[in-house]
Amino acid sequence: MLARIGLEPGDVEFYAEQLSGILAHIDRLKELDTDAIPPTAQVVEVANTLREDVPRPGLSQDEALANAPAAVDGFFRVPSIQEEA
Amino acid sequence: MSELTELTIKETARLLRLRSFSAAELVTAHVEQIERVDHRVKAFLRFTPELWEKQADEADRRIARGDLGPLVGIPMAVKDVLCVRGVETTAGSQILKGFRPPYTGTAVARLFDAGAVMLGVTNCDEFAMGSSTENSGYFPTRNPWDLDRVPGGSSGGSAAAVAAGEAMIALGTDTGGSIRQPAALCGVVGMKPTYGRVSRYGLIAFASSLDQIGPFTRSVEDAAIVLEAMGGHDPLDATSSTRANDVLRDFDAGVKGMRIGVPREYNEVEGMEPAVKAAIEAAIKSLREAGAEIVDVGLPHTDYGLAAYYIIAPAECSSNLARFDGVRYGMSSQDALNITEAYERTRRKGFGTEVRRRVMLGTYALSSGYYDAYYLKAQKVRTLIKRDFDAAFEKCDAIIGATSPTVAFPIGSKTQDPLSMYLCDVLTLGGNLAGLPGISVPCGMTEQLLPVGLQVLAPQWREDVALRVARAYEVASGVKAEVAPLV
Repeated sequence: MLARIGLEPGDVEFYAEQLSGILAHIDRLKELDTDAIPPTAQVVEVANTLREDVPRPGLSQDEALANAPAAVDGFFRVPSIQEEA
Repeated sequence: MSELTELTIKETARLLRLRSFSAAELVTAHVEQIERVDHRVKAFLRFTPELWEKQADEADRRIARGDLGPLVGIPMAVKDVLCVRGVETTAGSQILKGFRPPYTGTAVARLFDAGAVMLGVTNCDEFAMGSSTENSGYFPTRNPWDLDRVPGGSSGGSAAAVAAGEAMIALGTDTGGSIRQPAALCGVVGMKPTYGRVSRYGLIAFASSLDQIGPFTRSVEDAAIVLEAMGGHDPLDATSSTRANDVLRDFDAGVKGMRIGVPREYNEVEGMEPAVKAAIEAAIKSLREAGAEIVDVGLPHTDYGLAAYYIIAPAECSSNLARFDGVRYGMSSQDALNITEAYERTRRKGFGTEVRRRVMLGTYALSSGYYDAYYLKAQKVRTLIKRDFDAAFEKCDAIIGATSPTVAFPIGSKTQDPLSMYLCDVLTLGGNLAGLPGISVPCGMTEQLLPVGLQVLAPQWREDVALRVARAYEVASGVKAEVAPLV
């Protein structure tokens, strides 16, 4: 649901079997005692890299919309986002 | 002119200045080689004649002006995950079909500035997820040494292009082994730099804490030349390091007196083939004879690396791939009744099986209630793996072993069993989790004439050490990357 990948009938069984096998392998992580181990989210040495707060040119509206599947009046066009009342 | 497609950068640079041939002639020779072999190898997704004509002309003008840059006129292929302005870039996925980036990524832009000539875009596993290039949303690429076998992946098109003499250099990306493993399987040199060495600006992200851009070449020195040109600080990537990019330091100093570690766990990994083991033992012997001190080291958490990786990488991918929603670019289902249905239809049609599998796995690992058991646990194991390498590098300057436990495998042989495919990266993904530089160099052929790769890993920021050991091995063994005959 969260992934919004549009599963169809048959997909669930297909992926459930494969993902169960993968998760069974992943379960070996439980063998390790990690209570006292800090997590590593990334291995970069730099942190909080900021640039100077000066304006610089970005994409023009035309460039930003050039790859849009549908655009109208300078906006991305999408199907209805709210149900009709 | 087939010999023009078998040269290294160094040789080419010299011959271009001697006017033995022009950059335009060099490009023509590669285009002719592509015409001769690519319908069989299928390394390329698309070609960029408008770029190669313009860039080859510019290269010839630079040479005429006395420009001595080593990359001027060098024919290059670019993996389909690196944005090049105006050139269709799709990450090997149907979901990005038709996408033309409005800008060029830093690594490619720096190589363009250095004079490289772009021939085209190479095939890869969809969003760089895979170890065989069979997950491409377009078609599989074939191994130039045996067309019934895979080239490895995910950067299989780039590795195959260099192995087939279709390009002198190629760019790939490596998240769990996607440069080093295909380099090994195709018998070329492939290098993953330290995380933060090469800017990721303009790289279509798979797993942002692991992804690095790196070169495929036919010599260790060429890999160093490409890395020197594209590495170094870039303000457009907040994880890019400000350290000096001096990767060629002591390049030819040899290994005399160096301590080279052989992890005892690496020989015991699942699926290690005897022929690979034998080739690596011969490589160790050759480095010992060249004066290196071979030391036994332990990486005790090797067996847990794959499990940690297959939480962390899918978790990051599920987040990164949320942007492919059919609104701003790529495939779209505009006829849907509402936006939610549009997202689901677009992603159903656009993503292939492996991408869907990883998005599901990652979404699950990050979801409330499972986060601690999976994602947090994997991050802690990532710490243990990094500590393993830190401890090993107290005892040695570099670590060597096989890049891949297997040689190139037959097309279709692992596609039904995702876990068997994941095991291809068991020796390379530790380098990504710990952010280390790693290089794969050819170390001979099996009896079936399939290439084997030797991996050299070094501490973070010590590309110079990895390159120096790889170079020493290349010299001591006399094993060189060769262009596959493709008769």
